This record gives sequence, structure tokens and C-alpha cells, in this order.
Amino acid sequence: MPQNKGRDSIGQTLLVATALCVFCSVLVAGAAVGLRDKQEANKLQDQKKNVLLAAGLFDEKEQDASEVNAIFETSIVQELIDLQTGQPVDTALVDPETYEQREASRNPELSTPIESAGELGGIKKREKYSFIYRVQGESGETEMVVLPIYGKGLWSTVYGFIAINVDANTIEGITFYEHGETPGLGAEIENPKWRALWEGKQLFGKDGEIEIKVIKGAVNPDSGNAKFQVDGLSGATITGAGVSQLVRYWMGPHGFGPYLDIIRQSAAGDANG
Amino acid sequence: MAEPKPREVLLGPIFDDNQMIGRVVLGVCSALAVTSKMDTAFTMAISVIAVLGCSNAAISLIRNYIPSSIRIIVQMTIISTLVILVDQILKAYAYDVSKQMSVFVGLIITNCIVMGRAEAFAMSHRPGISAIDGIGCALGYSLILMIVAFFRELLGSGTVWGFEVLKLVKDGGWYVPNGLLLLPPSAFFLIGMLIWALRTWKPEQVEHEG
Repeated sequence: MPQNKGRDSIGQTLLVATALCVFCSVLVAGAAVGLRDKQEANKLQDQKKNVLLAAGLFDEKEQDASEVNAIFETSIVQELIDLQTGQPVDTALVDPETYEQREASRNPELSTPIESAGELGGIKKREKYSFIYRVQGESGETEMVVLPIYGKGLWSTVYGFIAINVDANTIEGITFYEHGETPGLGAEIENPKWRALWEGKQLFGKDGEIEIKVIKGAVNPDSGNAKFQVDGLSGATITGAGVSQLVRYWMGPHGFGPYLDIIRQSAAGDANG
Repeated sequence: MAEPKPREVLLGPIFDDNQMIGRVVLGVCSALAVTSKMDTAFTMAISVIAVLGCSNAAISLIRNYIPSSIRIIVQMTIISTLVILVDQILKAYAYDVSKQMSVFVGLIITNCIVMGRAEAFAMSHRPGISAIDGIGCALGYSLILMIVAFFRELLGSGTVWGFEVLKLVKDGGWYVPNGLLLLPPSAFFLIGMLIWALRTWKPEQVEHEG
């Protein structure tokens, strides 16, 4: 072919390579920027949906995703708390409107090292402040709290929510909304049937030590520990162990422990008064 | 070279010389990961059809300007760009699906069939026919993907496209699911059996030694 000579010259090679790179970068960058708002909106709505799913307020099969925002508005109160004290954050210090929890764990000022290495998989730092979602009944009393949790699965960081009764011990529901686990195996943590196994399980034993655990195989319902145990997922031992570890970390003293103490006391106070 | 007929180019790979089976077992890598469920396999199939059709057309369009010394990396850049676009569009308009696919959309880049067709067909044919070739090959690939996914989902989880077909023992039914079919290697067994079945049906596809 006659054009071969010109085509293979150094000049032409550089020209084609440069032009192609510029063109492709413009396309990719354009798509990323142009679609970002839509993607962020999807993510936010998905998070709200998962808060509602964890609390059992939304049924994916029967309700349309467009109802998510309305249900969220009426029954959820979102608060930003200091994980160390469990108290609401001084809004002069951090503005809940602009606080980005995911990014905070990477920001040196807003994060704190995880106490002992390996306590939360390979994650070394966590954010100081976390959103919590109080679920209110019709008369405005708090029925349960939904807490954001995350940790390492087999391949990826797994993000989810756990709903805890105001007794600060009984699990009302759990969801996972973002992960990169193997479809059909580790990704089954999203399966409603598996998530339903968590309902009614208890976090803490008599002495206040955290007992909840994803075990390998099926739970023996006759065992005294059955109320602290969740069936493992077959073919997903490591994902199961990761979920176990992250739930134990976030419910423990370095996670939401202080906050759970506060709601436990206030629930007990209400019962006495 | 005589220009091939669009109809043959489009349908040939599906029925006669299936890309995944007949000539080369290309693109089999991704079949392991996405075929444990039919709906993820379907999304993967659609994405591959879009990427392969567009990449073949784009590469064919500039085939006379691509210096041969960097042609592989040029093809790779075009394919990667298209895959990122598909991924971004899925995230914006089909969020739930994109979540299920997670990393596997990105893996289309490494799907050998895409670059295989770019190198074997698009570099030497006009854009229109190249696009048709890409879509045809992707359809052939999709067919295999769906067959494998059908058996893996049916026998591994007792469902077809998420609907319960075989009632599982754990839900009070009779079927004990075969866990092996949920694991990636089972895709190899199924594809092996498919090749066997296809070659028994069409003996001319068997390679002869020597």
C-alpha cells in the first residue's frame, strides 16, 4: 500500500498517538463531568433507600423508588454525631449540610487512626464524625437507629447500614449498598433472604461483650448462642468474616459504642419514668 | 478482497463459526465471572455488543491512519474509552444494574474478543461492515454467555432470571443446589460441554492436526 510509508513515519506516529489521546481524554472527562450530577443523585437516593431498607420501612418489590424521598422525609431524622462521645456534633465545628462522611475518613483533620491494626480489616483510619438516622414512630418517639457501617470484604470495601432497636442490643435489619464482591457468592450479602437472618439477633452478651458473629455453615437453632449467630454464605467465607468483623467493630467501643450507651440509658430512663 | 455480505457477517458468528467456540476460545475469561446469574450476564452481553460494535466501527474509520507500530495500543485506547463511557452511562441511567456489574464492566477492556475483532477484521474492512461484524461476534458471545448463565443459575440457585423454578430445600422445597455451579470453574465445564456438543453436531469445526 502506497500510504504505508507516510503512515509509519515517526511524525505520523506521534501525531496519531497525541490526537487519539487528546480525543479520548476529552470524551472520558466529558462523560465523567457531564454525568456526575446524575450519578451523585443516584448514589444519594440509593443510600436513603438503604437506610429505609435497613429499618424495614421500604419494600423494594412493592414500592417504587420515587417514594424513597417522601418516606425518608417523614420518618427519618438525620443527625451528625461525634463517634468518641456519642453526642451530636457542635454545628459550629462541622456543618452537617456539607459534611461528606466518605471523604472525611481521608481528611487528616476529620479522621482518627483505628486503635489496633487489623481491627477493621486493612482500614487504618476512620472518620471522627458519623451520620446516624433516627427512625421515628407516628408520635415522634425514636423507634430505632440506623447506623452506617463499612469494612473490608474479600475484594472490596463493603458499605452498609444496620438498624438497631432503642434497647441498643437487638438488630432490626441490615443492608449493604456498595461493594465489589463476587456476584453469586460474596455479593449475596445483598440478598434479602440472607439479610433477613439478622433480624432479631442480639449484639451483646450478658456481660456487655460483643457476641454477634457470622459463623461458617448454618446456625444450630438449639444452641444457646443462636441469637448471636448468623448463617455463613457458602462460597463466601471471607466476605462473611469481613461482615462479621465490621459489624463487631462498629458496634464496639471504638465505633458506635458510646452512642449506643447513650440510647440504652435514655431508653432505660424512659422505661423507669 | 471481495467485500463480505452483511448478513453472513452478522449471523455467521452466531450459528456457524461462533467466536467463542469454533475458531478460538476467546473472551472466555469474563464468562467465568458474570455468568452465575442471567441478569448480570444479560447486561454484560448488551455492554459487549455496544462496545464491540462501536470499537470496530471507530477503529475501521481510522484504520488508514493508524501507524502499524502502535496499532495495538491505539486499539486498546479506543476500546478502553468506550468501556469507560459504557460504565459511566450505566452508573447514571441504570444505577442498580451498574452496582451488580461492579468491576466486570471494566473487564470488557480485557475481553480478548474485542481486540481480536479489531485486529482481525476492523483493520482491513470498511466501518459499516466492521460494525456489523462486531455486533455479530458480540451476539455469538452473548448467546454462549446466556446459555452458560442459564445452566449455572438454574442448577446453582434454582432460579431462572431471578424467578424460582426449582424450590430449594432450605426454603422447604426438594432441590439441593449444586454449589459448584456458583463457582467460576463451573463455567469452564459448561463451555467444555458446549464445545463437545457443537462439534458433535457440526464435525467440520474440529481442528485437524498436521
